[in-house]
Amino acid sequence: MIPAPFDYYAPTSLAEALTLLQRHGDDAKILAGGHSLLPAMKLRLASPSVLIDINKVDELRGIKVNGTVEIGAMTTWSAIEHHAALAKACPAMADAVGLIGDIQVRNRGTIGGSLAHADPAADMPAVVLAVDAQIHVEGPNGPRAIAAADFFTDMLSTALEPGEIITSITFNSHGAGEGSAYAKFPHPASRYAIVGAAAYVKLENGQVTACRVAITGAGPKAERQPAVEQALIGTDGSADAVAAAAAHAGEGMDMLGDIHASEEYRRAMCKVYAKRALLKAIERAR
Amino acid sequence: MTATEMKERLVGRALKRREDPKLITGHGNYLDDIKLPGMLHIALVRSPHAHAKIVSIDASKALAMPGVVAVFTGKDMLDINPMPAAWQAAGVKNYPVPPRALAVDKVALVGDPVAMVVAENRYIARDAADAVEVEYEPLPAVVDARKAVEPGAPQIHEAAPNNIVFEWECGNKAAADAAIASAEVVVKEEIINQRLIPTPMETRGSIARYDATTGEWTVWMTSQAPHVHRLLLTAFVFGVPETKLRCIAPNVGGGFGQKIFCYNDMAFTMWAARKLGRPVKFVEDRSENYKYSTHGRDHITEAELAGTRDGKITGLRVKTWANIGAYFSTVAAGIPTTLYGRIITGVYKIPAAYVHVTGAYTNTAMVDAYRGAGRPEASYLIERMVDRFAAEIGMDPAEVRRKNYIQPEDFPYDNGLGLLPYDSGNYEPALNKALEIAGYAEFRKQQAELRKQGRYLGIGISSYVEICGIAPSAWMGGQGWGAGLWESANVRVHLTGKVVVTTGSLPHGQGLETTFAQIVADELGVPYEDVEVQWGDTQGTPFGYGTYGSRSLAVGGVAIKRSVDKIKEKARKLAAHLLEANEADIVFENGRAYVKGSPDKGKTIGELAAAAAVAYNLPPGMEPFLDETSYYDPPNCTFPFGTHVCIVEVDPETGHVKLLRYIAVDDCGNQINPLIVEGQIHGGIAQGLAQALYEGAVYNEDGQLLTGTLMDYAVPTAAMVPHIETDHTVTPSPVNPLGVKGAGEAGTIASAQCVMNAIIDALAPFGVKHLQMPATPERIWRAIHGK
Amino acid sequence: MTTITVTVNGVRYTSDVEPRLLLVHYLREHLNLTGTHIGCDTSQCGACVVHINGVSVKSCTMLAVQCDGAEITTIEGLAHNGQLHPLQEGFWEKHGLQCGFCTPGMIMAAADLLKRNPNPTEEEIRHGLEGNLCRCTGYENIVRAVRYAAEKMAAAQAAD
Repeated sequence: MIPAPFDYYAPTSLAEALTLLQRHGDDAKILAGGHSLLPAMKLRLASPSVLIDINKVDELRGIKVNGTVEIGAMTTWSAIEHHAALAKACPAMADAVGLIGDIQVRNRGTIGGSLAHADPAADMPAVVLAVDAQIHVEGPNGPRAIAAADFFTDMLSTALEPGEIITSITFNSHGAGEGSAYAKFPHPASRYAIVGAAAYVKLENGQVTACRVAITGAGPKAERQPAVEQALIGTDGSADAVAAAAAHAGEGMDMLGDIHASEEYRRAMCKVYAKRALLKAIERAR
Repeated sequence: MTATEMKERLVGRALKRREDPKLITGHGNYLDDIKLPGMLHIALVRSPHAHAKIVSIDASKALAMPGVVAVFTGKDMLDINPMPAAWQAAGVKNYPVPPRALAVDKVALVGDPVAMVVAENRYIARDAADAVEVEYEPLPAVVDARKAVEPGAPQIHEAAPNNIVFEWECGNKAAADAAIASAEVVVKEEIINQRLIPTPMETRGSIARYDATTGEWTVWMTSQAPHVHRLLLTAFVFGVPETKLRCIAPNVGGGFGQKIFCYNDMAFTMWAARKLGRPVKFVEDRSENYKYSTHGRDHITEAELAGTRDGKITGLRVKTWANIGAYFSTVAAGIPTTLYGRIITGVYKIPAAYVHVTGAYTNTAMVDAYRGAGRPEASYLIERMVDRFAAEIGMDPAEVRRKNYIQPEDFPYDNGLGLLPYDSGNYEPALNKALEIAGYAEFRKQQAELRKQGRYLGIGISSYVEICGIAPSAWMGGQGWGAGLWESANVRVHLTGKVVVTTGSLPHGQGLETTFAQIVADELGVPYEDVEVQWGDTQGTPFGYGTYGSRSLAVGGVAIKRSVDKIKEKARKLAAHLLEANEADIVFENGRAYVKGSPDKGKTIGELAAAAAVAYNLPPGMEPFLDETSYYDPPNCTFPFGTHVCIVEVDPETGHVKLLRYIAVDDCGNQINPLIVEGQIHGGIAQGLAQALYEGAVYNEDGQLLTGTLMDYAVPTAAMVPHIETDHTVTPSPVNPLGVKGAGEAGTIASAQCVMNAIIDALAPFGVKHLQMPATPERIWRAIHGK
Repeated sequence: MTTITVTVNGVRYTSDVEPRLLLVHYLREHLNLTGTHIGCDTSQCGACVVHINGVSVKSCTMLAVQCDGAEITTIEGLAHNGQLHPLQEGFWEKHGLQCGFCTPGMIMAAADLLKRNPNPTEEEIRHGLEGNLCRCTGYENIVRAVRYAAEKMAAAQAAD
């Protein structure tokens, strides 16, 4: 219940935060919403000697929606949840965010913090993969953008280099004929995803012309489902076509297994939840 | 008020609780809210191994840290005895190995405390505990009760060969064997009643203060039974006079059984307070609570039920392995024996029944009473087996129940299992009412229709009877209980007419302050606001065994009523004297004593209390003051009952269960406060259905608790519990003058099998006959898909 | 040690705190506001919910230093001039509490819920209180208590 001691810094600008991060290196952890890090520190599963709290870095907050969506890394789930234009621009994100934790967790937790932590059971990694987001980061070598597809490298591991901080997430707003959805099998206690599936589709003249599906929770990291996507593209997006495509979900993925859901069961649920997310996304696209 | 004006009766009214104003404004006083001047804080060093020898403990780094006052190990505390084993299995040899304040030489579960750090604040204490270096020599572990008693299993305690705590039986083996051998139909099932973690929202802890000049302790504790803890800690653990300890239970944040027991922290805080001459506090973290405080249930059972093709049950044979955990907790052996085996046949007349129970030590947290304690295990077993039997013979499960119920004319009913006779009951009306609310017949049609569309709905029925107000002491003595089981109460009417009730009961959410005040206000005829109810401090309350087993109204409440009766009797005598009338002519009614036939000539209870207190004019030989104490030892237990019905829908693709309706019809005898009764039923149901659907403590083979935090142990949220529809029947208990039975555990005892029966009913088209709890989506999915 | 200034229930406090001090410990141990409880160590139970600048948070999952300059409301600050908040009244009227340990957090969470959704359905209440565990009530009367408060607050607003 009690974290080990640490030094605490609360920079007010990104530049200051980056300087601190560089100075303290591996001893430091960035404190965003804190809803993964602080519980781990209380159980002493993590004991960083320096915390750099970026909650006062206002430049990292905010949501802009026009043709593209830009979400500052320190934007809370709650701000995302209650942003009407964003919900329209990306229904999958709205689906997912309302299922994260609880109101209090959403009041503190941030999108950047969650992506950087890369919990295998977090919801948002599947969504950013499905909407093909760019994750913008800044570090000692300046800013760069990482495609969501390249971002999650392994369990709790990302393409972030030492000294880098996520600054924002961008992706295209859905246009006509585009739809997305997120379907989730929540863990009964933690409410993280046992399996979460995010789907994006584009329909043109009654045909699926683009499709991206990603699954979180089931494996060590969130992953795109190329076999599902390829099977669906070119079809009419009917229930049968979706079921046939979704049957490929989980292919080639390593599955996690625990007391709440075995590997075999998770694999089966990948198909069910991919199907459910796709059906909803298609309904929205029509 | 004249004698003809009836004061409005409060008993039976849904008054809102007088406990609440401080609790809703943040002014409750729970254990961790208490701060004493100079108080030190304890953090424990706990074993990461389930079973190991302690090779060495090096506290030098911890002791060098600023703010650390001391580090103690189990060997420092050999001057005190282990915790007592107060309820042993009746009539057989027990091998009790209760825990010590801190482990000595070896550890037997993950979380076993091996050292304690005492420091100026809890942050320093935690840091220092992490700095204590302990070397262990790990030993093989066993976590499953059936495996623990097999040859070759790791041996946990020298004093308990083969890890056996007891082997106990009840009923008639020969008759049960014969009934099964000759039966038309026998259904057999392995039934696992999984381990649960009680999870009161407040964890446990103790604060001890020692006065060296008098040799007296005061201990604040999260306790359901402070008088019992006072007795056990002094007479058994410390070997000092009982008068040297005052125990105080402040507001207690839920117990559900877990706070009945005498725990090591009570002893080590007392020991350290005496040693250091400063008050000390210990409060568990949630993960410590999960690892070390008691768990519940954990039975593996082989059950066989015999019957006829036309639905008569003829026999029941049960063999159970009960997991007791690493050590013997305070009343651990009584739960899977007396409170389980002796009520195994439930609401049914079963001519031949036999139960054999093996209690086993394992490298897991101690198992003891958890809400319902033995009775949920029993009613789960019988109600599952009855449904299993109904399915086997193709008969409606409601019909099978009707055919086998104990009938109203059978009461008092002796079930032949060594229990006292069931006091009263009328089971069929509760069933009928529940089925009617559910629209049973209509549902069956709808169910058949929906199945054709690939939708799987099911309905579950659970009829239960339980044992409450457990007594009398003479009978409990024969059940291996190491003390009495009466309750006491003192009632005083002060000079100003204000009434103070002190009770040995220990309400911790049950609303007894309100309930008791309702009874006293009615019986004495005084304003409700003039009655104050006090509890929780052994100094100032009469001895009581505490609040658990749904006993505080049926036993503690009756003790209060009897004290009031004595007050009224004395008041009548005094009134006769003051009114210069014959005592036989005095009527006491509505708070007023008057001469029969002359209602104008009378004295109010307030006037009589004042007269008794000033003592200017008392009858010869009468002592001053209206102040009476009663010790009430009931002649029998009470036996609440009822029927619950629930409707579920199963998603065949994922195995998820949706609870569509939950209907509870309970009979707890007379109700003093229906609002409180309903609340008890709601809460009980939530805990029972959580067992059916969500909860289960899981250890891996190495004895690591895999559900060690609320991240993994699924206590349901509001979104996981359905709307609950309640109704009741009223069959007063003939056992006590209030006609009450008890309501605290009924919901839990009724609900797990109600949900499971509904799920299994929904899965009938897939040929599913039984499922183990919790019925997780994966379990159901596997059952559907034959995996 | 770091110096922080916070306003809690309208009272300003300046304190020296260790950076690692959890907000819940600051409130309970430093300010003696023990109405805010601790029921778990993993941010699940919600017994510790308070409002920071009007938003509900779990005070066990925030550092006291993070609240420098903030306005904090705890259960002790919810009633005004001896007048119970409609939620406090609702919990009392509808028997929305038994042991009372979860109650402060539950009420503070419900207050945030009603601020966002003044007229929640039963389902919205149940979903909205997912961050708070109660082991006593089975939630049935908590739902009724929140509905009671919603109706009372709506009536009060209509009267204004």
